[in-house]
Amino acid sequence: MTNYALPIQDAAPDVRSAPTEKLAVRNLNFHYGKFHALKDINLSIPGNRVTAFIGPSGCGKSTLLRTFNRMYELYPHQKADGEIVLDGENILDARQDLNRLRAKVGMVFQKPTPFPMSIFDNIAFGVRLYERLSTHEMNDRVEWALKKAALWNEVKDKLKQSGNSLSGGQQQRLCIARAIAVKPEVVLLDEPASALDPISTAHIEELIHELKEDYTIVIVTHNMQQAARVSDCTAYMYLGELIEFGNTDTIFTTPKQKATEDYITGKFG
Amino acid sequence: MFSLYARRRLINAMNLTISMLAMAFGLFWLAWILWTLLRQGLGGLDLQMFTQMTPPPGSQGGLLNAIAGSFMMTSVATLIGTPIGILAGVYMAEFGQKSWLASATRFVNDILLSAPSIVIGLFIYEVYVVNVHHFSGWAGSLALSLIVIPVVVRTTENMLKLVPNSLREAAAALGAPHWKIIMLVTLRASRAGIITGLLLAVARISGETAPLLFTALNNQFWSSNMNAPMANLPVVIFQFAMSPYDDWHKLAWAGALLITFGVLALNIIARVMFRQKGARG
Repeated sequence: MTNYALPIQDAAPDVRSAPTEKLAVRNLNFHYGKFHALKDINLSIPGNRVTAFIGPSGCGKSTLLRTFNRMYELYPHQKADGEIVLDGENILDARQDLNRLRAKVGMVFQKPTPFPMSIFDNIAFGVRLYERLSTHEMNDRVEWALKKAALWNEVKDKLKQSGNSLSGGQQQRLCIARAIAVKPEVVLLDEPASALDPISTAHIEELIHELKEDYTIVIVTHNMQQAARVSDCTAYMYLGELIEFGNTDTIFTTPKQKATEDYITGKFG
Repeated sequence: MFSLYARRRLINAMNLTISMLAMAFGLFWLAWILWTLLRQGLGGLDLQMFTQMTPPPGSQGGLLNAIAGSFMMTSVATLIGTPIGILAGVYMAEFGQKSWLASATRFVNDILLSAPSIVIGLFIYEVYVVNVHHFSGWAGSLALSLIVIPVVVRTTENMLKLVPNSLREAAAALGAPHWKIIMLVTLRASRAGIITGLLLAVARISGETAPLLFTALNNQFWSSNMNAPMANLPVVIFQFAMSPYDDWHKLAWAGALLITFGVLALNIIARVMFRQKGARG
């Protein structure tokens, strides 16, 4: 498999400064028991950009995403080999502190998962794990995170209410606020809008646009238009292999591989 | 086509009738039991019952010592059984899962859950009462706690298993260690269910007679000494109901009514808690 370098540098001119590599995936293989789910993946994810993983169901895109915070370790018989380098450190190293890694690499899931506690406590939960803030500082942090997630105006008068009382779209923005409240460096989004209506989806996409100023974002999506709208780089995966990776514009207009073109134009998948 | 539809409607009507009859059969006996209990028990339900001790035959008295004894032993049994039950349930649902230790524990727990309570009474008699040479409130509490534990273990495990894995993943994704995920998220999410199970366990032991017969025995007098034989409602009801004395019969009915009301109250509390949980989504 080709070793894909940072795609943006040689692509259409970007007004922002050239991105630096945030995550480097090298020779990554993943197994669910005996099933070989990811085959020799090599990939370089740029910082402060949105990278999208697309491909048909079962192609391994969520599996790849879940190696970035080693979420798979919650389950037995799941194993990753190879290297994923984040800021010069191999996060697959056995000595890597999992909880510290996850504080640095946040994640938002397909279904909104508010914790059974108040809106305020939902946001404060992660912060309390790693920082000891005064009441005042904590209030500021919660407000900051909710504003970042464009949810503050809707919930500022009911912070004491249960997180479950919000609508689906609001719950998902709550989860995004919760993820960024701990100030991670990378935010992983696993089909964050697939359970939401078009208006909520639009909210989330706008949010992704704003968040890439401060964070490196990796998003898995089934929705090709969404990938085209929100991402700077796109990776097309199929049957556990990375078929093509490059600048989103290039991938969607002049893909190098026939397979990518077939998938994007809807001939396949 | 119409005949097929008519046939389906007929089968539906028949099945519905049979179901209704089965329900009516069950309800009939329950209603009869409750009616008899109310008719016989309401007469004996007075203030005296809560202020006086169990009387000798032929004289006036109440059930104060039995009510207090039942209350104390049920409380101690719950205090012993709850932490053990919840911790074991947490182990099985969150740590052991499919390991052999968890599977074995689950199997033994299921046996304990359906063990006849008289066997539990005899067991405590053999291992405790015989060795200390006297019946006592402690022995009664121990026997009752052995009934509480399997119920709490089972409900805790089941309720924790209902918590979706996505919630655990979400907490882990924020960098929360395993014990914090359990304490702050999963136990919290299943709180209402676990408390409901606990209340049902309390309801069950407050009516158990067999495990107390060989352990707490009974006591005609006031005693708050847990290390001595202790009066309790189920055994008093048992003895008084078997006696030839009318005053004792009256007290036994009143005591039975009291336990039934208590259990009913606990069940209602449990249901209300569940409903609140459902409303919150």
